[in-house]
Amino acid sequence: MSSDLTRLDVTALQAALAGGETSAVEVTRAHLDAIEATDGALNSYLHVDTETALATAAEVDRARAAGEELGRLAGVPVALKDVVVTDGVPTTSGSRILEGWRPPYDATVAARLKAAGTVLLGKTNMDEFAMGSSTENSAYGPTRNPWDHDRIPGGSSGGSSAAVAGFLAPWAVGTDTGGSIRQPAAVTGLVGHKPTYGSVSRYGLIAFSSSLDQAGPMARTVADAALMHEVIGGHDPRDSTSIDAPAAPYVAAAQQGAQGDLTGTVVGVVRELGGEGHTDGYEPGVLEAFRAGVEQLRALGAEVREVSCPSFDLALAAYYLIAPSEASSNLSRFDGVRYGLRVGDDGSRDLDEVMALTREQGFGPEVKRRIILGTYALSAGYYEAYYGQAQKVRTLIGRDFLTAFGDGVDVLVSPTSPSVAFPIGQRVDDPLAMYAADLCTLPASLAGLPAISVPCGLSEGLPVGLQVMAPALADDRCYRVGAALEAAQDAARGGTFLGQLAARA
Amino acid sequence: MSTDRLLEFDDVVSRYEPVFGLETHVELGTASKMFCGCSTTFGAEPNTQTCPVCLALPGALPVANAAAIEATIRIGLALGCRIATWCRFARKNYFYPDIPKGFQTSQYDEPLCTAGHLDVEVDGETYRVEIERVHLEEDTGKNLHVGGATGRIHGADHSLVDFNRAGIPLVEIVTRPVPGVGAKAPEVARAYVAELREILLALGVSEVRMERGNLRCDVNTSLAPVGSLEWGTRTETKNVNSLRSVERSVRYEMRRQAALLDDGERILQETRHFHEDTGSTSAGRSKEEATDYRYFPEPDLVPMAPDVAWVEQLRADLPELPAARRARLREEWGLSDTEMAWLVNAGALGLVSDTVAAGADPADARKWWLGELSRRAKDAGVELTDLAVTPAQVAELTQLVAEGTVNDQLARQVLDGVLAGEGSPRQVVDSRGLAVMGDSDELGAAVDAAIAGAPDVVEKVRGGKTAALGALVGAVMKETRGKADAATVRRMLEERVLGG
Repeated sequence: MSSDLTRLDVTALQAALAGGETSAVEVTRAHLDAIEATDGALNSYLHVDTETALATAAEVDRARAAGEELGRLAGVPVALKDVVVTDGVPTTSGSRILEGWRPPYDATVAARLKAAGTVLLGKTNMDEFAMGSSTENSAYGPTRNPWDHDRIPGGSSGGSSAAVAGFLAPWAVGTDTGGSIRQPAAVTGLVGHKPTYGSVSRYGLIAFSSSLDQAGPMARTVADAALMHEVIGGHDPRDSTSIDAPAAPYVAAAQQGAQGDLTGTVVGVVRELGGEGHTDGYEPGVLEAFRAGVEQLRALGAEVREVSCPSFDLALAAYYLIAPSEASSNLSRFDGVRYGLRVGDDGSRDLDEVMALTREQGFGPEVKRRIILGTYALSAGYYEAYYGQAQKVRTLIGRDFLTAFGDGVDVLVSPTSPSVAFPIGQRVDDPLAMYAADLCTLPASLAGLPAISVPCGLSEGLPVGLQVMAPALADDRCYRVGAALEAAQDAARGGTFLGQLAARA
Repeated sequence: MSTDRLLEFDDVVSRYEPVFGLETHVELGTASKMFCGCSTTFGAEPNTQTCPVCLALPGALPVANAAAIEATIRIGLALGCRIATWCRFARKNYFYPDIPKGFQTSQYDEPLCTAGHLDVEVDGETYRVEIERVHLEEDTGKNLHVGGATGRIHGADHSLVDFNRAGIPLVEIVTRPVPGVGAKAPEVARAYVAELREILLALGVSEVRMERGNLRCDVNTSLAPVGSLEWGTRTETKNVNSLRSVERSVRYEMRRQAALLDDGERILQETRHFHEDTGSTSAGRSKEEATDYRYFPEPDLVPMAPDVAWVEQLRADLPELPAARRARLREEWGLSDTEMAWLVNAGALGLVSDTVAAGADPADARKWWLGELSRRAKDAGVELTDLAVTPAQVAELTQLVAEGTVNDQLARQVLDGVLAGEGSPRQVVDSRGLAVMGDSDELGAAVDAAIAGAPDVVEKVRGGKTAALGALVGAVMKETRGKADAATVRRMLEERVLGG
């Protein structure tokens, strides 16, 4: 069944592995072969760990044959965004400045996936330091969208989205600071979930913006996303911002949602995100698919209301002060002293010059733009006007959410991104147009709330995502409502969303 | 090296009024670092006490050390500070190789402790030093400049960085400016640091070994003409690392600044370096090119919100503080202020107190530590506390004298043995055979021999010249090589020469 193995979702793979219909080595080899065959065109992986992957898979098969106790995900391949630090495996965060660095430790996310028995296929491409919405800001070349190779796969987790949509990994870990899981998931037809801030440990994620960064699942089904979240989530004493509280089971929520009954669930449609009077910049096809998705939720029994969140209009401005401010500080450690690139240390230059040259050559233009933005926003005399004001907006956005949820709304919905995947090169010279791709995902990021993107249709033959946002720690609502929509869509279509792409191949 | 013109100190204080202030950094004695589990042990091989967190590897995150937060709050309480009910760490951003993250995790406008004070005594006068803030941060690594003659960066051909120290918890204690102390400024500054050191020792939060850099001072000094309504421009003398240097640096800056002001020159607001060898300061970085540290709240750490009840428990559990302890002991031991001051200045208060606690009479304990033991420490060039004798052993020694087992002369020989590591005083007495000879057969024989050997003296004594007995006592003491007790010998001689 080798040729089909890359088409299976994780739940199906688990069953096939447990039932002895295939082996971990077979599954792993099928993915490695597919990467070998097609990733030259996609460029979704920065590093493929062929030997270690096969050795890990063989060890799982041996343990299974010996009747040993196996991890929950034994033999299931996985890809990690290259922002996730992996012991002994090159980790670059998409930057030239970390080229060749082999970390001496595992991120908590990587360690938990390892402990669950997954097989690491490799590290996926990304916008440098997760700054971007198209993966064109990678120092290692852009990644292409499996639906249309001339288009972007979203970003910054575009390597992960392309790998999963392109059948080069059954699922992948992404990270989301302002939309970097949800937007790439939306434009490649995947499910992508940004967990509640603090739900998944940030230990070992190369920091972009500490108060916003979260790792989360990118998968082909809501159930798979929920499963990965259960494995990588939970309290981690190494991350001071990690939440030490029990979470509702996610997989069970997805299973419940898949039964297709949303009676009693109140769904709020956010007017400011593509609603009346707020459609500027939204593609009509995207809005059409989104509205059809909302109608499906209504058909499943949900009560649909329009909700106004006026502060959301300020989210983009606030985000582009807060995230660059934190980034300007987080990226200071890349000074060429301890690891990574060092430029100009030939004895003729002093320390400051070597640091400056290293950063000049090691960072790409978007990273420099954000470091400069953030440095400016934090400077004496400007701090209150920029960083201080942005924090106040952040508080207001949080209040808008609280008000909406306080009024009896269970989840809020919006399009995930205003547009479908745009052509490669279209927005590289227009940062503001690029930033607009995150318009709908930023509010939940700033408020630290969970939000999932689930495919809701096609526009011009390209995937459109519907975003479901929930109160803090209510990630289970995202999975429940997301799974209900997914089930309704699959039933109407008579197949999975990605089946449409597979059928084209 | 200094070419500064200096005014005579008495002249300075007759015409100028100084204001000083201190920023003191204290390395806490916690077992692990501020934001990771690495050891803080001093003197390990370079870069052996490091991990992804304190090396600032990509992805690593800090977790605050609860013991360090507790120690900082206890320091704040001991200094009478208000303790914040909610506060945050902040990032102080700047590039330097010894600061691995490119920022120091510190506190900015939300310190843990604020608005305290410390009363210090100089020459019987009490001076109040107001404390502005006490906050928690982390230490930097250490740069080693290799290839030059001086170990300084100039002339070196390369530099190495040791990150063992990076991330050790550091408490910064900042005073408010201290005006109005006039000529006493240098001594009050020194007394403040000395008293602070005593408090930190009493709290047990740091070893406070200044020679290891556990406690480092930045000293601000300014000068204005007497009667002026405004203070002068201050200089900041960095890394002043002994009590004596604190006093000298203030004195030096006062003399240097006065000479400049006399010449009508302006004092530059600048950082200055203190030179231990010459007692002088020299210009460092000018504040004109001051770094903008771009402080902002540390997003990787949750805010600190010390529970009020817990803080009250910490306050209740504070140990007796040095000032209260000195007052109590002075009372208990019946000492004058001056006697107490000697004890404190000799650094012997704790030792004497511990010796008394181990059973010695306070006067005896004081006599030993200020006398014989101080001499030994001085001869060996070490601190009293570094002598290889414990307060308990000194107490035992005083008991041996009190019970007559040894006399003072023998006791010094016993001390030799203790310092040489031969065991406890009693063990040394036994092993070296140093006990005083009682009214024994051996002593009796020596007495008889003395009587037999000096019939002329015996005659004189019997003739009423009892003073002549001294010669016989001396003969016995010589015979017994000092081990006999002179009073016992005299009694035995009287019995045998004059009859009982």
